[in-house]
Amino acid sequence: MGATASQLDTGKLSEYEELTFLTKQEILLAYDRFDKLVPKEEKNRIDYRVPMEDILELPELKFNPFKERICKVFSTSDKKDGSLDFDDFLDFLSAFSDSATLEIKSHYAFHIFDFDDDGTLDRQDLKKLINCLTGKADKTSLTPDEMRMLIDNILEESDIDQDGTVNLSEFQHVISRSPDFVSSFQIVL
Amino acid sequence: MSEGEMARLMEEVEEKKKLIATIRNKPWRMKRRLVLLREAQQFVDKFEGALGKGKGRKWYAYKVMMTKKWIKFQRDFENFRTACIPWERKIKEVESHFGSSVASYFIFLRWMYGMNLVLFGLTFGLVVMPEVLMGLPYGSIPRKTVPRAEQDTAQDYSVLMDFNGYCKYSVLFYGYYNNQRTIGLLKFRLPLAYLMVGLGTFGYSLMLVIRTMAKNADVGGGDGDEGEFTFAWKMFTSWDYLIGNAETADNKYASITTSFKESIVDEQENQKDENIHLRRFLRVLANFLITCSLGGSGYLIYFVVKRSQEFANRDDLSWYEKNELELIMSLLGLVCPPLFETIAELEDYHPRIALKWQLGRIFALFLGNLYTFLFALFDEVNTKLEEEGSIKNASIWAMKEYYANFSLPVNDSDATPPPMDPGDVILGPCWETAVGIEFVKLTVSDIQVTYLTILIGDFARAVIVRFLNYCWCWDLEAGFPSYGEFDISGNVLGLVFNQGMIWMGAFYAPGLVGINVLRLLSSMYYQCWAVMATNVPHERVFKASKSNNFYMGLLLLVLFLSLLPVVYTIMSLPPSFDCGPFSGKEKMFDVIMETIDLDLPAFMGTLFSYAANPGLIIPAVLLMVLAIYYLNSTSEAYQNANMELKKKMQMARDEEKNRRNNTDSTNQVMKDLEDLLPNRSLAPPALPEPAEKPKEPEGKPTKTRGGAAGKGVDLQKDVSLASSNPNAREPVTRAPGARGRGQPPGGRGRGGPPPR
Repeated sequence: MGATASQLDTGKLSEYEELTFLTKQEILLAYDRFDKLVPKEEKNRIDYRVPMEDILELPELKFNPFKERICKVFSTSDKKDGSLDFDDFLDFLSAFSDSATLEIKSHYAFHIFDFDDDGTLDRQDLKKLINCLTGKADKTSLTPDEMRMLIDNILEESDIDQDGTVNLSEFQHVISRSPDFVSSFQIVL
Repeated sequence: MSEGEMARLMEEVEEKKKLIATIRNKPWRMKRRLVLLREAQQFVDKFEGALGKGKGRKWYAYKVMMTKKWIKFQRDFENFRTACIPWERKIKEVESHFGSSVASYFIFLRWMYGMNLVLFGLTFGLVVMPEVLMGLPYGSIPRKTVPRAEQDTAQDYSVLMDFNGYCKYSVLFYGYYNNQRTIGLLKFRLPLAYLMVGLGTFGYSLMLVIRTMAKNADVGGGDGDEGEFTFAWKMFTSWDYLIGNAETADNKYASITTSFKESIVDEQENQKDENIHLRRFLRVLANFLITCSLGGSGYLIYFVVKRSQEFANRDDLSWYEKNELELIMSLLGLVCPPLFETIAELEDYHPRIALKWQLGRIFALFLGNLYTFLFALFDEVNTKLEEEGSIKNASIWAMKEYYANFSLPVNDSDATPPPMDPGDVILGPCWETAVGIEFVKLTVSDIQVTYLTILIGDFARAVIVRFLNYCWCWDLEAGFPSYGEFDISGNVLGLVFNQGMIWMGAFYAPGLVGINVLRLLSSMYYQCWAVMATNVPHERVFKASKSNNFYMGLLLLVLFLSLLPVVYTIMSLPPSFDCGPFSGKEKMFDVIMETIDLDLPAFMGTLFSYAANPGLIIPAVLLMVLAIYYLNSTSEAYQNANMELKKKMQMARDEEKNRRNNTDSTNQVMKDLEDLLPNRSLAPPALPEPAEKPKEPEGKPTKTRGGAAGKGVDLQKDVSLASSNPNAREPVTRAPGARGRGQPPGGRGRGGPPPR
């Protein structure tokens, strides 16, 4: 990455500043943290992709129920294995930073919740979403009846064109009215 | 390059620049954005240089360069500013363990610290430092010296703790400052500076609070209806992505599940057919009880202040009696809120509403206490003012006696006697310093009580639960005391009221702001440690995001309420005759008049006197009232327009839903419109209109086609053609060869192209 193996050069740094919502210190910190995940023999390779298991060990993501989805959404690898290179990592941090706009956040949130990657949130996606949110323990999960009622209510509220799924614009319409979304959809390194 | 080309090129360059500025808002991946960015930058660089050449373009080139430098400067400044923000790591740690609502308290604390730091800088730099550096030193004039009677006890620890002795006659309090109009080489006008800083404190705080409120209101995203998207929001926005700790995550899962189950139950449940009368009676009873306790606490404070005035005349006081007032006030602040909570169990409100009531009641408690304290204090001030009259006479008499006694030993009556030793001059009661001392003592005791509560209520409790658990009958950690949760609202309210006291007392005790800065600094570290070491995450996590503006609103209210007493004293109470920067004047704000008369050029004086003319002020007030009325009606008009738009959106949504479901339109307006339109299946009468602009797109004939056209035009196709914009069709003057492309049905329906 640039002139020396362990430094980000200033040209790239200013480009990244232009392209993301992160400040210079945040980009440098991200570079440091990413560098720690890169094994020694690969340090000189640009575009090294850190495999998903290593990313999931980051303390900020470790306890997040959507960590695998986050990796899959932000990964641009051809093998679709959720590995992230530094550009993807910065994309991820930029979308989750506190200066990112509502549109960016809602766009990525939609893709994170779309478990089957078909461009809409159908009943299966919503079911998986509820299961993620209620945790793995038995006493915190919902009965199938409750689940069905919940999904029915959600679709009634958000599905404007009544096709049984929530698409991106319906999702953004719902999210834009929420006062909590922007402040809770944040990750800081 | 021609002018037109130049203009076009400039436009393109501007577009590219806009693209560069907004590129991070697009949800594309990094590689694509990088490519676009590089392309746009190359374009801009290439053509900006070209545009900069030529005669009239030097200005353009210069402007471009300045803009670039300005943007770079702004960005560097932003980076520098974010680097300067203290305690980011600490707050982030708290956030990852406890969630964003607890962290919001610490962010508020940090904000307060910043504000107090600025206020401290103002006071210290403009009032304290000049007096210390350029004013008269300690011991030179009576107001700066400890009176002889108190001198041997002035250094005692107990006296200092009461802020008497050396503390009282120091820069901490109002009484130390001299009333010389200008001091030192720089001719610094200290009394004017004192007054201006006092008023400027309020002005700056007001501006800052309002600015923060406006910023928070912006981010809040307008007011969505509370119940509009409950389930969807719970699903999509309830997870807090800052959580970085297993225990907090588990708690969060549990609370999310609970809230899902609750809302399902709420949704299903009918209105409970409970006894409304019983509920109302209980609520009235609860409110009555709480009003009684509020009244009781107010009276208690009044009583204690009166008692402390009596105590002031005695000398043999125990520690308790000396600090009774402050202790009682702090204890009330500790005991009453849990009392209110228990009484509120009678009321059986929804938790969020109950929380609002609780906060309102605690607010009323603190306010009542503070104002009772103030009124009692004002009684004391008035007594002191009366005393002043007699002391003034006494001190003049003592001075005359001193001179009379002095001239006797010396035979030479031309020698002027040396001035009386400052320690011997009888000092007036100096009510401002007394008020300042009361506020400082109150603040200090408040600090002590808060720290002790954390130590005992949280730390000792945690230690006991942890270590006694090994040998206790029931599980202390899960059962009765268990670990404490961080009380956000109590702490925030405490902070807000502490700030109110500082605002009130800062005019009489300039050192108070410094004490507060130290307090906030130590509070940050102490509370961060306490939270991490002794508290557990909340079981029921409630979103405090809308409350941000609620606390700011409280702060604003407290600011106004603390402004009132200070402004009242500045305007109407006479300052002490022998202490402080305004001694000798009739009213404190006379110093402004003096400055205008003596220091500013003559025309400004006449200007101000014109401005103070009632003939000018009354029209100005009328104008402001009119402006308020106008703005009010404009905002009402906007709100109405908003409602109309919302209704329209709702209507459009319903229409879409119905169209998808292939049902008839339920909208009355649409139904009427459909009735008015001619039936599609009937043939139209012969319309002698040119086919370019048919009036009714729906009324296109279809059935008569078959005869005229020899090509067997598909009827279905005609129907679909009929509903689209006929203006896009060719004019009928075309030769019949154009038939294959779909003639307008109007032309065909007439049996053939009209003769041209």
